[in-house]
Amino acid sequence: MTQLSSAGQQFRHLELGLTSEQAVDMYKMMVMARKFDERVLLLQRAGKINFHVSGIGQEVAQVAAAFALDREQDYYLPYYRDYGFVLSVGMTLRDLMLSVFAKAEDPNSGGRQMPGHFGSKKLRIVTGSSPVTTQVPHAVGIALAAKMKKNPLVSFVTFGEGSSNQGDFHEGCNFAGVHKLPVILMCENNQYAISVPIHKQLAGKVADRALGYGFPGIQVDGNDALEVYRVVKEARQRAVAGEGPTLIEAMMYRLSPHSTSDNDLAYRTKEEVDENRMKDGIPKFKQYLFDCGLWSEEQETAYAAELRKQLDEATEYGDKAPFPTPESTLHHVYEGDDRQGGMN
Amino acid sequence: MPVMDYIDAIRLAMKEEMERDEDVFVLGEDVGVKGGVFTTTKGLHEQFGELRAMDTPLAESAIAGVAIGAAMVGMKPIAEMQYSDFMFPATNQIISEAAKIRYRSNNDWSCPIVIRAPIGGGIFGGLYHSQCPESVFFGTPGLKIVAPYRPYDAKGLLKAAVRDADPVLFFENKKGYKLLSGEVPEDDYIVPIGKANVLREGDDITVIGYSMPLRFVEQAAEELAQEGISTHILDLRTIQPLDKEAILESVRKTGKVMIVHEDNKTGGVGAEVAAIIVEELLYELDAPIMRLCGPDVPAMPINPPAEKFFLLNKDKVKDAMKKLAMY
Repeated sequence: MTQLSSAGQQFRHLELGLTSEQAVDMYKMMVMARKFDERVLLLQRAGKINFHVSGIGQEVAQVAAAFALDREQDYYLPYYRDYGFVLSVGMTLRDLMLSVFAKAEDPNSGGRQMPGHFGSKKLRIVTGSSPVTTQVPHAVGIALAAKMKKNPLVSFVTFGEGSSNQGDFHEGCNFAGVHKLPVILMCENNQYAISVPIHKQLAGKVADRALGYGFPGIQVDGNDALEVYRVVKEARQRAVAGEGPTLIEAMMYRLSPHSTSDNDLAYRTKEEVDENRMKDGIPKFKQYLFDCGLWSEEQETAYAAELRKQLDEATEYGDKAPFPTPESTLHHVYEGDDRQGGMN
Repeated sequence: MPVMDYIDAIRLAMKEEMERDEDVFVLGEDVGVKGGVFTTTKGLHEQFGELRAMDTPLAESAIAGVAIGAAMVGMKPIAEMQYSDFMFPATNQIISEAAKIRYRSNNDWSCPIVIRAPIGGGIFGGLYHSQCPESVFFGTPGLKIVAPYRPYDAKGLLKAAVRDADPVLFFENKKGYKLLSGEVPEDDYIVPIGKANVLREGDDITVIGYSMPLRFVEQAAEELAQEGISTHILDLRTIQPLDKEAILESVRKTGKVMIVHEDNKTGGVGAEVAAIIVEELLYELDAPIMRLCGPDVPAMPINPPAEKFFLLNKDKVKDAMKKLAMY
């Protein structure tokens, strides 16, 4: 990826249509997601919160994909590891911390859902659930609505490779293929469905499944930010041109355990994890920016300090914010502001 | 006022709502060119085109899930499940998604879909074309469930369902499509969701039910009137949320109550209706609550004696009503 650019040679990100400022922003977002994740793991270990499901090792593809979308109008259906993605489309560290602490002000669910269950109508992040892959048909439905209303937008949906075995994945792909809908499906193939390794989940490649649904399937190195950006951008161009869906399988590795309730060394070795840590795309992208002269150790140090401050503030805000009232449990079963649960 | 069949009332409701609001569309298997396997959507494809009367791939979870996605961004989909028996592949989309979208997003998102599904037996459909799945969905907060009996209510409730801000399951009785007919206004009206309706005033016994069995109850009540037994009949129309006030009022009228439905007895809607009555009116009852329902077998067999055995009819209902009156 990080081809050194000699004098006079165009930088790769510029060739792909990213400004140097955007390339730096992408990097900052990846680091922000990583540092957020590490902070929440700490909070859980310190007993401040109950649970965290991590996205460490997946941030590069998440952020790169977000930067390739239209962040003014596209709809997003992220899955539960997509901190890098939601931060890139407008969610703040404070928003995420409010969710982590399950506080009333949490924009995702008002403290109702587990962290990682994103949602914000304002940001067009569609509310999600825990049974995996139910969001794929929703993304297809949003793309269908866009086609019916002639809105030039796409829906972008992510899921894991384990999820790609669910019926909703296949039913959604087929529907989208039949109607040539503007939807981009990105599988974040992190090699594990909790403890079950990829060779026990898949006999073939996720990307190849697209063939059966009549649209392109592309496998991409999820640790290569610019390559992910390129394929998602092309997929978006195809979608808005009426050429239909694209399935992208971004290859990566889940560096953290599945969740704070998981001991990953029960099913994989430390050596395997360490080996994959060497392939982490964040330092690679940092090196690329260094090579382009867009980033320096001084900037890195200053940004780390700034992030730490932001994280401290967000953590404190989330920690101190009030919980929802007990009685709020009864609200919003149906439309209207009255207490509804238990009414009948 | 024109008299029309139940199926025509349902079709008219869709047509009127699609004319009124261009965001309303119908999707499902065979609902387009063919007009539905029962002809429920006949003519919609010609009038509104293939996008708004959409033939989908044969995959129920996608039909529900795609409808949910479209509804979340402002469309008003009416998703048809060809038979309610085939709704179960979509159960996760209905229960985990549609029912919980408003609640889990703390009122940020909503899911105004309608899912129509034909219920009930009597057409030699066997196990998988005859079921009443109400109790599978009943008791799932976030869903509204309607099951009209009269053609008037079928039209008015379907129009109300389309305009509702939350997910509504619309259970229409397939045996009733051509069997039930009645007066239906050709103009615009709705029947409010959550309101039961008194079909017949009476003093001796109260029968509470919904959908097709009410036909037998009405026929039996007519005959019992000749024998001096006066029957009060309450059509629930909406089974979730139940019209608690109307249920209690109808029980107070007579003090003797029977609950009737085709869905099997255990864990059915009747169990909840009985519990509501007992919670509130135990000392006003003059007889134990009776339930007359489908038997607790997995589903209805196709052979004629078994189908007849499974289903309620006028005579079975009349016998039970008489027994209650004599208690």
